[in-house]
Amino acid sequence: MKTNEIGKPTNRVDGRHKVTGEAKYAGEFNVPNLAYGFAVNSAIAKGKIKKIDTSKALQVEGVLEVFTHENRPGYVWFDKNYKDMDAPPGSPFRPLYDNEVKFSMQPIALAVAETFELARYAASLVEVEYETSPHDTDFEANIERAYVPEEYNSGEPPKPWGQPDEALANAPVQIEEEYTHSSQHHNPMEMHASTVVYEADGKLTVYDKIQGVMNTHQYITHAFGMQPEEVQVISPFVGGAFGSGLRPQYQLFLAVLAARELKRSVRVTLTRQQMFSFGHRPKTMQRFALGASKEGKLEALQQDVFAETSRFEDYSEDVVIWAGVLYKCENVKLSHKLVDLDVYTPLDMRAPGGTTGTFALECSMDELAHKLGMDPIEFRLKNYSEKDQNEDKPFSSKELRECYRQGAEKFGWKKRNPAPRSMREGHNLIGWGMAHGAWEANQAQASAKAVLTSDGKLTVSSATADIGTGTYTVMTQIAAETLGLQLDDVTFKLGDSSLPDAPLEGGSKTVSTVGTAVKSACDKVRERLFELAQQVEGSPLAEASLEDVVFEGGQISLRKEPSKGVSITAAMSHNQGKAIEEEVSSKPADGQSDYARYAHSATFVEVKVDEDLGTIRVTRVVSAIAGGRIINPKTAKSQILGGVVWGIGVAMEEDTVMDNNLGRFMNHDLDKYHIPVNADVHEVEVIFVEEKDEIVNPLGAKGLGEIGIVSVAPAIANAVFHATGKRVRELPITLDKLL
Amino acid sequence: MKNKPEHENTETASLSSPPKETVTLHINGEAKQLEVEPWTSLLDLLRDHLNLTGTKKGCDHGQCGACTVLVDGKRINSCLTLAVMKDGTKITTIEGLAKDGELHPVQQAFIDHDAFQCGYCTPGQICSTIGLINEGKAKTLDDIRDLMSGNVCRCGAYTNIVKVVQEALERSQQR
Repeated sequence: MKTNEIGKPTNRVDGRHKVTGEAKYAGEFNVPNLAYGFAVNSAIAKGKIKKIDTSKALQVEGVLEVFTHENRPGYVWFDKNYKDMDAPPGSPFRPLYDNEVKFSMQPIALAVAETFELARYAASLVEVEYETSPHDTDFEANIERAYVPEEYNSGEPPKPWGQPDEALANAPVQIEEEYTHSSQHHNPMEMHASTVVYEADGKLTVYDKIQGVMNTHQYITHAFGMQPEEVQVISPFVGGAFGSGLRPQYQLFLAVLAARELKRSVRVTLTRQQMFSFGHRPKTMQRFALGASKEGKLEALQQDVFAETSRFEDYSEDVVIWAGVLYKCENVKLSHKLVDLDVYTPLDMRAPGGTTGTFALECSMDELAHKLGMDPIEFRLKNYSEKDQNEDKPFSSKELRECYRQGAEKFGWKKRNPAPRSMREGHNLIGWGMAHGAWEANQAQASAKAVLTSDGKLTVSSATADIGTGTYTVMTQIAAETLGLQLDDVTFKLGDSSLPDAPLEGGSKTVSTVGTAVKSACDKVRERLFELAQQVEGSPLAEASLEDVVFEGGQISLRKEPSKGVSITAAMSHNQGKAIEEEVSSKPADGQSDYARYAHSATFVEVKVDEDLGTIRVTRVVSAIAGGRIINPKTAKSQILGGVVWGIGVAMEEDTVMDNNLGRFMNHDLDKYHIPVNADVHEVEVIFVEEKDEIVNPLGAKGLGEIGIVSVAPAIANAVFHATGKRVRELPITLDKLL
Repeated sequence: MKNKPEHENTETASLSSPPKETVTLHINGEAKQLEVEPWTSLLDLLRDHLNLTGTKKGCDHGQCGACTVLVDGKRINSCLTLAVMKDGTKITTIEGLAKDGELHPVQQAFIDHDAFQCGYCTPGQICSTIGLINEGKAKTLDDIRDLMSGNVCRCGAYTNIVKVVQEALERSQQR
């Protein structure tokens, strides 16, 4: 493929909207006669609502209604109607279903009023009497009763291979350790919001914060028994999500319920505190047992995972697959068990499973390398995997060696003194650590439509999302490239349920999935356009075939004689003033699944630890990525920078603290739940190594939304060990753990 | 157990909206006489009442900076400010920065450096950058990082945001 647009560091096509405030997010569509809803959340973690008194709230002038389980309408109340596209096995939470409280901060009422301030005031006047039941949110205390779920919503852990117990027992060098992180919350900057517009005919136009409008559409039609054509879901801009928008959240349900009952447009926006009242990255403990030969060959690997879930859904993620992808080992045993607690169901959060699993895997490997007296890169090269052992498949591509080489060179790794506490600068101990990682490069099925009008302008559309990832921009580039148009002549539309079907934007698969559909729709337009160009009187292309021509600069010209050609507008004039319209559905090519498809990363980190105070700063990060073909180096780099910042958060800051007495997350705001701020982030360098892959998808591109995070936290933990000689196995690494 | 509402209503308080007050705010160069309830924050006034939704709500508690606007040239958190407190002031929001369709240099620099991803914190970051330059306190890279730390970006665009601020700082020093 030519590279007029693909591979260019193009500015975001939606940039102007975002820097001028014109970009509208779900809670910003101000329609006439809009009512505001404010949710009331339970004060207890488990029990029943004995009495809920809304009378005081209803006395306030301007308060329209307070919805509770007592006055909610009797729509469709079957479990299965609440299953959204991302629901794990189990019975989904149904807001206002009955008087049962299943977790702290469960939504139990919605006050609706003429203004936001009134709704908030009314919500504060709702009085609730509870009958409490004993709750249990203590993860550690319940590890003993961890269970294997009937069904994993992630993949089932791979079956053991080789002789893991025997090989471990016989290995001369061994490591056996436990690694833990607590719950973490997504906290996108935009709080979850839904504006439900009640149309004159009772149909709904719904502006929702979601990572895929089709999920919201399905959820509303199923839960409220509405016909597909009665609901349109629109979500042009999403203020971050990182997984929180994979499932429709309760503000959507409450807003739809209120709008239908009041026959009026309603908006419900969650507060920052309420952003802690639904899914999170589950608290997870992992036991790693590793055995190696004295020469550093990995002989045995055992990983046992214990992760939190709710009482009503079995959430699981791919925590245990990473060893089989990243290391060659002949004797492996893996398990993943769940601990159900009185909390809300966990939810995929940026690189779910990968962030968790890679942290423990890469810390334990660093420990092993240290025990062996080997350089961490040398150790990894010695145990480099040439195939995915979980599924016994070759990789479609894997330029991880090049990531080590270029990353180490840029970082200056060879100047590292391997001994812990050996490098310092004044009162700061300096630590250099590294880790590597992988993330899946999947493709799913999607549709796209391309419309070329007689003026040579192209509109391409698909019901996908742009959650900050750059979808608008890269799809525009792919379309422009395919038809040889200027970016300005191409418009890409997304975030509308009336557009051709696309899956949720999650799992780093949007470029691969939707990009392929876009390319394929544009290829069809290309064929039609070529036929028209041949019909132009005296067309120099009359005898040519599609392979003989190039589409460039609005022209279709002969490859061998570029001066001879037909302009796109001239070709279009032979279409009787009509547009060319092509809608396609694309799916992965046959044979793709014979290969393991992953993006890879190697991360190098420098930390400075104040010897007296224990304060840690991540002063330098080099992230080398093998992510296939890079469609837009500018937005791609931003994805990786974001992943690195998230890795810093995971390693050093993020920790939602459960008070087991109350069964409640205590630090539920941005003051107490720490995420990285500007001062926490210093030098970050991103390298994309060249990687060709003709199997992942026709574009050769791998998703980049998640590969940037996975190896950052372990690289930081390993650097902290190198600086201080102290191994912290419980994230986040805070100064108290170093003193 | 009985759950008392977090902000307990006293017996004497009336169960209705507080009476409105009249204020004049000069928003993006336009004087606006407004009837405002005293419990309405400047942020909610902008977003819900004046449809200036470019200013964002990220926490409503002064913890994230998404709501940053310029009041008489100074950056403030509009969520921590009641609208009635700002009677007579000049307020600049993100909508007021571009002149005749031409972007403010800081807006353009945000695009050129890809200093945002989802865009939700961006209006606040831009207003904060302009406010920081007006303050004249930032001298070093560390100063910039420190003085921009009131504006949280969950997408993690910090290194690019810092480039924008550095550039803006240099521009201001040349003047």
